[in-house]
Amino acid sequence: MEQHVRADLHGIEPQQRHTRIGRKLSPYLMGGPAVLWLVVFFLVPLVTMLSLSVQTCDSITQACQLTWHFAEFPDVISEFSDTIVRSFVYAGAATIATLIVSFPVTYWIAFRAKRKNFFLLMLLVPFFVSFVIRTTAWQFLLADQGIIVGTLKNLHLLPENFHILATGWAVIAGIAYNYLPFTALPLYVALERIDRRVLEASHDLYATRRAAFTRVVLPLSVPGIFAAFLLTFVPAAGDYVNAFILGGTNNRMIGNVIQTKFLEAVDYPAASALSVILLVLMLVGIAAYAKFLGSRTIEEYV
Amino acid sequence: MTDQQQPVDPALWRGLTQARTSRRGFLRAAGVGAGALSLSSILAACGTAGVSSSSAAANGVGSVEWWGQQPETKTLNYANWPYYIDTAHGKHPSIEQFQQSTGIAVDYTEPINDNTSFFTKIRPDLQAGNYIGYDVIVLTNSDPPLSQMIGFGWAVPLDQSRMTNFKKYASPLVTDPSWDPGNIHTMAWQSGYTCIGYNTKYITEDIHSIQSLFDPKYEGKIGMMGIATELGSAGLLAIGVDPAASTPDDWSKAAEKLNQQKPLVRSYYDQDYIKALKNEDIWISMVWSGDVFQAANYQGYDTLKAVIPDEGSMFWTDNQLIPVGVENPVAAMEFMDYVYDPQVQALIEDYNAYVCPVPAAKSIIANQLKDPTVANSPTVFPDAQMVARSKPYYQFKNSQDLDQWNSTFEPIYTG
Repeated sequence: MEQHVRADLHGIEPQQRHTRIGRKLSPYLMGGPAVLWLVVFFLVPLVTMLSLSVQTCDSITQACQLTWHFAEFPDVISEFSDTIVRSFVYAGAATIATLIVSFPVTYWIAFRAKRKNFFLLMLLVPFFVSFVIRTTAWQFLLADQGIIVGTLKNLHLLPENFHILATGWAVIAGIAYNYLPFTALPLYVALERIDRRVLEASHDLYATRRAAFTRVVLPLSVPGIFAAFLLTFVPAAGDYVNAFILGGTNNRMIGNVIQTKFLEAVDYPAASALSVILLVLMLVGIAAYAKFLGSRTIEEYV
Repeated sequence: MTDQQQPVDPALWRGLTQARTSRRGFLRAAGVGAGALSLSSILAACGTAGVSSSSAAANGVGSVEWWGQQPETKTLNYANWPYYIDTAHGKHPSIEQFQQSTGIAVDYTEPINDNTSFFTKIRPDLQAGNYIGYDVIVLTNSDPPLSQMIGFGWAVPLDQSRMTNFKKYASPLVTDPSWDPGNIHTMAWQSGYTCIGYNTKYITEDIHSIQSLFDPKYEGKIGMMGIATELGSAGLLAIGVDPAASTPDDWSKAAEKLNQQKPLVRSYYDQDYIKALKNEDIWISMVWSGDVFQAANYQGYDTLKAVIPDEGSMFWTDNQLIPVGVENPVAAMEFMDYVYDPQVQALIEDYNAYVCPVPAAKSIIANQLKDPTVANSPTVFPDAQMVARSKPYYQFKNSQDLDQWNSTFEPIYTG
């Protein structure tokens, strides 16, 4: 043991600690686990999915053949274009809602609050419970004759056929609620990072409070807003739990279709094709964003 | 209903449960699939192989010798559908009784909400010949997975010597059924109707037609099933076509009818429709007969009511079977046969109120359990009139047939 320690102490100089080969290999060794992880859990499923999307499967034996059946793509697009558009609209609306809700809160925590960690924790506490359970709780609370809507109906404050569940609003609200931390945290990081001296300087230069906010704070928080948008929008567009629990017949999202195709219809090619389409649309969106803002800001915040 | 019900001519039931050529069709399809498999080696890498060598017959599983070698284990993992067994204070008396008399610890779970998605989840393990975690599973004759389990040899042939209660007490309705001639692989759990359930608190008129599910009056308060076989059959009944004798042309007409109905529908459910009915989110829905009965009689939702409409109701049977890779086959046999003891069946039936596979349970429910409502219910012990209104499902001839049905009805509830 002692010898080891001493050897380490002697080896403060990197040249002495590593052999030449070790130095060359070390980045690969350190990256190894991550590479392995990506290959096994990302690359293999991705290739499988791409391959399945151009296969033809027998619905009973589930024997599939690689037939390069590209027609699957136009087929599913024409069949589910409404659903794809709806998914993006819902995800976009929910993301904007989370931004509107979380910006004032995170601004207050970053600039005004005394015990920042405490309030950040408060913001996150609800999310320690499984989101399926929380969503089901909303389903219970908002039921047509439930404790909120039902009571208001009994007081004749709402018409008898009014309902919140099974509407697009319920799904958007559910997504916004569930993805709030994905928006709030990057926003907080961006706001917290703003150099306070810059703000002071703006005040010294006779900026009003409002001008200081709109011309200093807001521009400096833009990377955070975009990171928040990306982190929320991407998973939200593929979400199916909120639409399943809170939505109705006309509120299905693309995730619901993929889930049904995979598990109930056992139509793997269609499910894979839809997943590929979703993936491509997302990648195009992110690439456009990277081009617009520069990829460095993504690296910093995402 | 009166105490004196007309005895049912078994031939009537036969008519209802016969004409199922599906098995041969599936086996043929299986052969085609195996051929396709050998052509395409990339599939193995992608993990979507067709037929495997895990078939029971290929390994002698389920033969008399195999059964002779099986040890008597003291655990049993049973997978069933929800709302299907007697429940009192969170416990199941029939299971407790079984545990006490046999010393076998039963882990009774309710993971099955829908045949196809359950089958999709267990399929990879079946294919590999692994234990799926359950010694007994329950699948419906109306959906493809049951035929596939049997056709691919993934259902262990039963030990016919351990079916004493079954052979003595089972109703003609479930013995030697067309989907499993000679009960080689299955023993029924219950049968049931897919009918109409509604809440009399909101719907005061007397519902007697399936057209009520299409009534604009109930816009946003109608529940339908998001299960291709069920939704399609409901559509066919609504356009006046007998599902078993329907053609693809009829299917498109039924789909059109269902698409017109879509704006009125609150949602397409699997078994969670019962939750929506109880919450009063929906007022009228496609339902499985026993669920509504239980909700109305045991759970306090006494304004809920189930009716068999004039157009008739789809009639199905859920079947207990042992999947390959089983770890506790002897315990599985014991329990599957145990529920055919009329005393036990009476307990189960009195709770779930589906269609009883043991006629002898009727007098026990009436006299010992003092529950004439269940004993005299025509949907539990059906009379001739009820049998006449029971409709069998369409039988898929091959995978193209199944694909066409699915592509006709699935878009209605997926998009």
